[in-house]
Amino acid sequence: MTVESTAARKPRRSSGTKRAAGADSARKTAVATAQPHDAEPQLVQLLTPEGERVESADSAQFAPFVADITTEDLRGLYRDMVLTRRFDGEATALQRQGELGLWASLLGQEAAQIGSGRALRDDDYVFPTYREHGVAWCRGVDPTNLLGMFRGVNHGGWDPNTNNFHLYTIVIGSQTLHATGYAMGVAKDGADSAVIAYFGDGASSQGDVAEAFTFSAVYNSPVVFFCQNNQWAISEPTERQMRVPLYQRAQGFGFPGVRVDGNDVLACLAVTRWALERARNGEGPTLVEAFTYRMGAHTTSDDPTKYRRDEETAAWEAKDPILRLKAHLLATGGADEAFFAQLEEESETLGKRVREVVRAMPDPDTMAIFENVYADGHALVDEERAQFAAYLASFEGGE
Amino acid sequence: MAVQKLTIAKALNDSLRKALETDPKVLIMGEDVGKLGGVFRITDGLQKDFGEERVIDTPLAESGIVGTAIGLALRGYRPVVEIQFDGFVFPAYDQIVTQLAKMHARSLGKIKMPVVIRIPYAGGIGAVEHHSESPETLFAHVPGLKVVSPSNASDAYWMLQQAILSDDPVIFFEPKRRYWDKGEVDVDAIPDALHAARVARAGTDLTLAAYGPMVKVCLEAAAAAAEEGKSVEVVDLRSMSPIDFDGLQASVERTRRLVIVHEAPVFLGVGSEIAARITERCFYHLEAPVLRVGGFHAPYPPARLEDEYLPGLDRVLDAVDRSLAY
Ligand SMILES: Cc1ncc(C[n+]2csc(CCOP(=O)(O)OP(=O)(O)O)c2C)c(N)n1
Repeated sequence: MTVESTAARKPRRSSGTKRAAGADSARKTAVATAQPHDAEPQLVQLLTPEGERVESADSAQFAPFVADITTEDLRGLYRDMVLTRRFDGEATALQRQGELGLWASLLGQEAAQIGSGRALRDDDYVFPTYREHGVAWCRGVDPTNLLGMFRGVNHGGWDPNTNNFHLYTIVIGSQTLHATGYAMGVAKDGADSAVIAYFGDGASSQGDVAEAFTFSAVYNSPVVFFCQNNQWAISEPTERQMRVPLYQRAQGFGFPGVRVDGNDVLACLAVTRWALERARNGEGPTLVEAFTYRMGAHTTSDDPTKYRRDEETAAWEAKDPILRLKAHLLATGGADEAFFAQLEEESETLGKRVREVVRAMPDPDTMAIFENVYADGHALVDEERAQFAAYLASFEGGE
Repeated sequence: MAVQKLTIAKALNDSLRKALETDPKVLIMGEDVGKLGGVFRITDGLQKDFGEERVIDTPLAESGIVGTAIGLALRGYRPVVEIQFDGFVFPAYDQIVTQLAKMHARSLGKIKMPVVIRIPYAGGIGAVEHHSESPETLFAHVPGLKVVSPSNASDAYWMLQQAILSDDPVIFFEPKRRYWDKGEVDVDAIPDALHAARVARAGTDLTLAAYGPMVKVCLEAAAAAAEEGKSVEVVDLRSMSPIDFDGLQASVERTRRLVIVHEAPVFLGVGSEIAARITERCFYHLEAPVLRVGGFHAPYPPARLEDEYLPGLDRVLDAVDRSLAY
């Protein structure tokens, strides 16, 4: 297995630098790279949309990383994806019912998240953006904990150190630097854990992401940059963010980048395991571009019909990550109807619990405004807290 | 020997050295802080003695410096980062305001952010654009940050120690034109609390309040006023967030007059907040409106004009006279 050659090989293929042909052809090359999405993307794929196990020259080096995956493991991955989708669907419904102020759905991205999430060890640390519900699931974060911020009762609400899963980050790209710094610390500690940072294709335009690439490369930090390229940043297609395929960007920073079929849970697991192993072995950062699709709206407050075509969505529907694993399990006899029926029941139970917990979620106490502004206290906060408490108390019995 | 005469620069250097010695989790990060020892040599010799793993030359990327410091703090380190000059903090402002300041609150108190951001700030050294600014208000306005500035060597030594020990993020503004001023540092002393104001000179007729580079100007003004028979008290605020209003109030209740002096533009500056609060607290004690002396609402001027721009002895004394005339 040659790690570097993957990084070096891929870009050469898709950007084809034939020098002899002169300026005219150089211009054509520029145009070609400017429209990466018209070209068939080169993907590491292990499971086709029809559910067939495949291996190509591109994926051969990654296949060994899932050689140990048993049929039971496959059922586990399937279960993760189904339950995550159910949770996500329930949250979308709860938003429609007015129980949540907003929801960012992961529909369509289950394989990217479960594949990468299940590649992690307990001592690895995750820096998510705001859509990583599937990764949170893999980390053992109670999914109802994710809803507090969308309901508006807190800005996170879970202890990041319990599951090594940092708070969601809303400002695009910021967390890639936190992940890098954390990874610098891991290396300093001489630990062999790895760090993974999630972000989107839109986020890759942010300066912070470029700075994270720079710092991680320079310090050879054990961090995996996991970009879910779901083709859209709200209404902006990837053409508005980049002119070369995203994974190729890593090369310019001096570390490998790989594009994986983001709807193939097995390939995502394999590639992330590979990247994490590089990190653990002191080989530095990796960029993984999971080529996937956001099936739903960006969040519950946007309307994708305004900016994207139904045909596009339909084409991606045929690549659904859950259906393809189901097809595989059925074709290979890896799961029977009883398994699917039992999972359906489990989904129902989860959905019911999520509904109940959200509806019962209490509003925070008013005085929580003044809590935790500082770790060591602050005279102004103390003064304002006392003033406001006195103000509130002045109403008591007054009405 | 416990008491030494040091420049502010050396006091800061000693302070960082002490912090590195005391706590293996303390890291120094920034542009040129390692081999060069910082453009002002505040980190001089530290990399030589503590190694590249503790005193880290970073890429030229301010957001990256603060953003990775946040990550290191999450991992249990206590990064002390240097922003080379005041005007270059803005690429990092996003990380400071949207991330660093809020992490503790967002995590409901589970996460601590012991990050110190050292910024050589303010004017008076004849520098080019973006090297002489006083952006303290922009940080003091942000809940979750603490903002301090020493005016003398002893405070430089002790306040930096205290900032590094703090579990909150501290923006540590260093008055760069005072780096070479000498003062006594007692390394065995019990220092004032980090956010307590200090009476730098006692007086009875009027209080001058200042911090950082302006404290010296105010002490000179008080000395000049004394020759005219006016007794001016000088309060060194030391901290812009929180502000020790109790300490300041005690002084104003004694003198009944207050003039606030800073280099930053007066409009919406730290002085505005002080004027409002002291007016609320001391309304019946005041003999004159609270006056402010500071920078104009204009970009920091070219070096040849900075003597006009910066509040000097005359402008401070003029305000003292105006206050006393009520
Ligand atoms: C710095 C910043 N600018 C703008 C926004 C508003 N915003 C939220 S999500 C988003 C699109 C992000 O797209 P992408 O990075 O591709 O991630 P995706 O949501 O598709 O997973 C934008 C513009 C933001 N949160 N942060």
